[in-house]
Amino acid sequence: MTALAASWQRRGSYARWFGWALLGVLAYTVLILIYGKSPLHAFHEIWSSTLSSKYGLQDVLVRMTPLLFAAMAVAVPARVGQVNVGGEGQIFAGGLTAAWLVLTFASWPSWVLLPAMAVAGMVGGGLWAGIAGLLKARGWLSEVFSTVLMNYIAILAVSALVFGPWRDPTSSNYPQTREIAHAGRLPHFGGSRVDVSIVLALAVVAGFDWFLRRTRWGLEIRAIGGNPYAAGRNGVPVSRYVIVSMAVGGALAGLAGMAQLSALQFRLNPGLSPGFGYIGFLVSWLAGHNPRLIVPMTFLLAVLASSGDILQITQGLPSAIVNVLSAILMLIVLLGRTRTRPA
Amino acid sequence: MSGAALASIIAITFALTPSVLYATFGEIVGQRAGIVNLGIEGVMLIGAAVGFAAAVVSGNSYVGLLAGAGAGIAFNMITAFMVIGRGANQLASGFAVYFLGGGISMLIGAKYIGSDVSGLPQLSVPGLGSLPHPWDQVFRQDLLVWLMVPLALTLWWVLFRTRWGLRLRAVGEDRDFSYAAGIHTGRVQVQALMIAGALYGSAGADLTLAYTKTWQDWLTAGRGFVAIAIVILALWSPRRAILGALLFSGAVALGIQLQAQGSPVSQFVLDMLPYVITIAVVLIWGRAKTFSVPAGLREVFAGTSK
Amino acid sequence: MSALALTERRADLPAQTPPLAARGIVKRFGEIVAVDHADLDVGPGIHALLGENGAGKSTLVKTLYGYYRPDEGELFLDGKRVEIKSPADARRLGIGLVFQQFTLIPALTVAENVALFLPDLRVVLRPDDIAERIRETAVRYGLAVDPAPRVGTLSSPEQQRVEILRVLLAGARILIFDEPTSVLPAQEIDALFDVLRKLRDDGYPIVFITHKLPEVFAVADMVTVMRRGAVVGTAPIGAVTEDELVERMFGGVAPHGAPARPAAARETGPPVMELRAVTSSGQGRPLVDLDLAIRAGEIVGVAGVAGNGQQELCDTVVGLARIRKGERLLFGRDASRWSVRRIRDAGVGFVPESALGQELIWNMTLEENIALGSPRRFSRRKGLALDWSGVRASWRSDFAELGLNLPDPRQRAGTLSGGNAQRFAVARELARRPGLLVTLYPTRGLDVPTTAAVHELLLQARDRGCGVLLVSQDLNELVALSDRILVMRDARVVAELDPDAADAYEIGALMTGRTG
Repeated sequence: MTALAASWQRRGSYARWFGWALLGVLAYTVLILIYGKSPLHAFHEIWSSTLSSKYGLQDVLVRMTPLLFAAMAVAVPARVGQVNVGGEGQIFAGGLTAAWLVLTFASWPSWVLLPAMAVAGMVGGGLWAGIAGLLKARGWLSEVFSTVLMNYIAILAVSALVFGPWRDPTSSNYPQTREIAHAGRLPHFGGSRVDVSIVLALAVVAGFDWFLRRTRWGLEIRAIGGNPYAAGRNGVPVSRYVIVSMAVGGALAGLAGMAQLSALQFRLNPGLSPGFGYIGFLVSWLAGHNPRLIVPMTFLLAVLASSGDILQITQGLPSAIVNVLSAILMLIVLLGRTRTRPA
Repeated sequence: MSGAALASIIAITFALTPSVLYATFGEIVGQRAGIVNLGIEGVMLIGAAVGFAAAVVSGNSYVGLLAGAGAGIAFNMITAFMVIGRGANQLASGFAVYFLGGGISMLIGAKYIGSDVSGLPQLSVPGLGSLPHPWDQVFRQDLLVWLMVPLALTLWWVLFRTRWGLRLRAVGEDRDFSYAAGIHTGRVQVQALMIAGALYGSAGADLTLAYTKTWQDWLTAGRGFVAIAIVILALWSPRRAILGALLFSGAVALGIQLQAQGSPVSQFVLDMLPYVITIAVVLIWGRAKTFSVPAGLREVFAGTSK
Repeated sequence: MSALALTERRADLPAQTPPLAARGIVKRFGEIVAVDHADLDVGPGIHALLGENGAGKSTLVKTLYGYYRPDEGELFLDGKRVEIKSPADARRLGIGLVFQQFTLIPALTVAENVALFLPDLRVVLRPDDIAERIRETAVRYGLAVDPAPRVGTLSSPEQQRVEILRVLLAGARILIFDEPTSVLPAQEIDALFDVLRKLRDDGYPIVFITHKLPEVFAVADMVTVMRRGAVVGTAPIGAVTEDELVERMFGGVAPHGAPARPAAARETGPPVMELRAVTSSGQGRPLVDLDLAIRAGEIVGVAGVAGNGQQELCDTVVGLARIRKGERLLFGRDASRWSVRRIRDAGVGFVPESALGQELIWNMTLEENIALGSPRRFSRRKGLALDWSGVRASWRSDFAELGLNLPDPRQRAGTLSGGNAQRFAVARELARRPGLLVTLYPTRGLDVPTTAAVHELLLQARDRGCGVLLVSQDLNELVALSDRILVMRDARVVAELDPDAADAYEIGALMTGRTG
């Protein structure tokens, strides 16, 4: 393909992105109108309280961290053809193991405890997803079904613990663990609400992008994504990649759980994730599992989520509008994608 | 275990089964036509919300049930448009429909939080309904419970004994071949999704009209996904699906009963049972036996990340 | 050649209107002209359509059946011009085709497969009724079939009988059989011929495709010969000899003489690969107790009717199928439990039929496909980086040396034509300098120049001392290239032949298990 043709094609894809963004705004407008509110007023409200205010921008960034991890948890397995619908459960699994570690070894110094918590979170999430990967690689059960059902098990497991043995006896009316040790809390940037985990999340995204493009294993992953059967004929151990990619995806979701616990909530409770795993799924598919698009898509959905809360408070709009809008966006993008694919 | 507890478990099991079974029926029809529908959970939520709202407004739960089924059909047409009309990825668009259904059902349900309905009337079998307590409750169930077996037999008959069913199964096995055989594959698949939508909608409406009798957000709690697992377990057969659904709701009922008796085991551990048992049983029994998986589905699960 | 025997066809209709006539049919696939202005009259009796692999026979009859739309030409049914846009149209007009690769749905029962094509199928099925109709027709033509089992559990001959029954019950008046004997063992072939004769005696016009001369003389009343997409003659059977048909099929060139095989008596080295009493596992047709040795510098050809274990043989050699019993030795080492990766790294290359779908990754560039094939060679820093300049250097030297002159290593594999993709796939494997090259139908569906180029590459590999396993259905190819020919039947090697001494009939008889 000539350079000119390539640049035209790229321009075409920008135009398409712009078109989709416009459709998204249109859908949002319609939804707000249905509820009898002024869209202009609402958009102004969104602008002034998310992107143009310091607090709002912090809120967006804080939401981005778990979403970036959750999106990567979907994107990594997706590159080898696996559909991980279990990000939510893997976040809880990682939060659970990280909480166990910090509650058990509370006396460790911070420089040991924090990395250990991260590892624990990754192990928890990784094992949880790895089971699904193993079942798939063995040809026993599709990862779609195992991951989606295991979500409910992981969430219930956290509930069982925080309502039971891990319950903080001093917080009588809310089921949660004790507060974690100060050594187990991630540092924040200069008194802001934004913690260092966002750097880690962005590094993971960039690292995966580099890995895919530059390394031998990235080449093999892209080969499996292109044609798993042919990749196998080239000697690529496809089922090993299936298991490892699921485990890595789960480990990243587990990091999201660890970060939620360590940087924001300080206690394990059933509200560890308000659906980050699911929204991460939408993000990854919106971005076509491309790390470079995951960052802007995460930003977009974080703004959306933030705006949902704001409109709920200031305009009395139900926050479920954001779910509806995210889903509509995804349907629109999926429609666009079918057109660009060869038959 | 006392007779009373046993009777209670059986009664609750029956009462809970339609919400899973009807969804399973719908999924069987859809998958037999070659479509895996992750949107099932979203369609069920829509059926639950619309059914509940219609029952509150009309004061009649049967009206609610019909409204839920109708809303299910309409909402499932999103999947028909995406997958059949535009060739979008089934799993991804199914997930989006799930999310969309969840969101819209919350918007609909918000107005009815706190309302309640009388629920689908209990119909008792003459004679058996007047058994001594506690066994009378087993035979006092609503319409959807009584229709489970007739519906399973009807679906089996339609799938395996009618021309339409034969064509539907052919489409699910091999779309290209079916097209070459002169079958309007798209039309058959849309019809299958309409039936599936009605069944998902009824399953959702059953939850709000016969079980919770109130509205809560996301109240289906993964029953749609469980239904998909039961489809595998049942080897795509409506008759075997009854056993699978009874297994799931039996596990739920057991948990409820144990809690009621003040079992030392955490309620949440008991709540896990249905999901754990479903996965375990699928692993033990459901490992693809020859010819049980509609061949057209292999494509769906093979290269799914595009 | 006798002028009276094989008359050139004129483009006008004959005096007596045949039930089905094709005039000037042209069908192109891309640049390749598969059918070139072909005329065909299907009259009463059994009409053999003869030609070697790739002569266009299948494509021609598939246009009659509406499976392909012809680019040019007209079809006449009982003298009236008809448009056949789809197989459904053809069936409505009474044309039935029995495919070479069966088009039955394995998970459905025999009765259900037949029912899908019944023009008068009721809204509510009557399984007993359908079964009765199947039995009735089956008995009449000697097509023993049980309506109850699922088609996937049946043997190939049984599935073929189901296909025939389905075509008959769908109301076909004109029957076309696309290479029906290629899926049958010998004893079944005679049974099929009995069926064909009974059908003929009931007045069905029949088209019977084959590339085997003895079959033409065994069963046909008329014969039409095709070569390179064109019809090159039609004659009643009594009026032609075998030699005349052979000459027509191959255009005056004897089939055995094809590309001259250089230096038959050459030194071959030690075995590069040995299978010792190997029983394989996996799908398809596992090998049973199979022994095979390939030496350095020889081409071992494998002949066989499709589905007799050739695919499994290749899969077993390259590690895609597991070895359940027995040993696999590569370059003198026990490699029975090696993975595909390890086998490739040890110096084994593989080229499948249509590499674009089976071995190359269509959305990756040629460079990336090259690196993927030899990840060790092109890895730097333990795999954290890839040596793209090394890939390009190999592209300039190795690939140029192999005579592969594609313009741009950065084009995506999917943009190559099928022929170029196949040449690239062979060159990619040869550039790895393998000690053993396994090829499965490497030239199937390729045009003549590309086929010649692939053959040239295989001979080059052999001359460099590479052992080559060549599985092919093209007997001419096998005879021309191989140093030894093995014949496979029922997942076993049943014979080893010297290509110089073997003739096509002998190989064919061994392939199909016929003794005569």
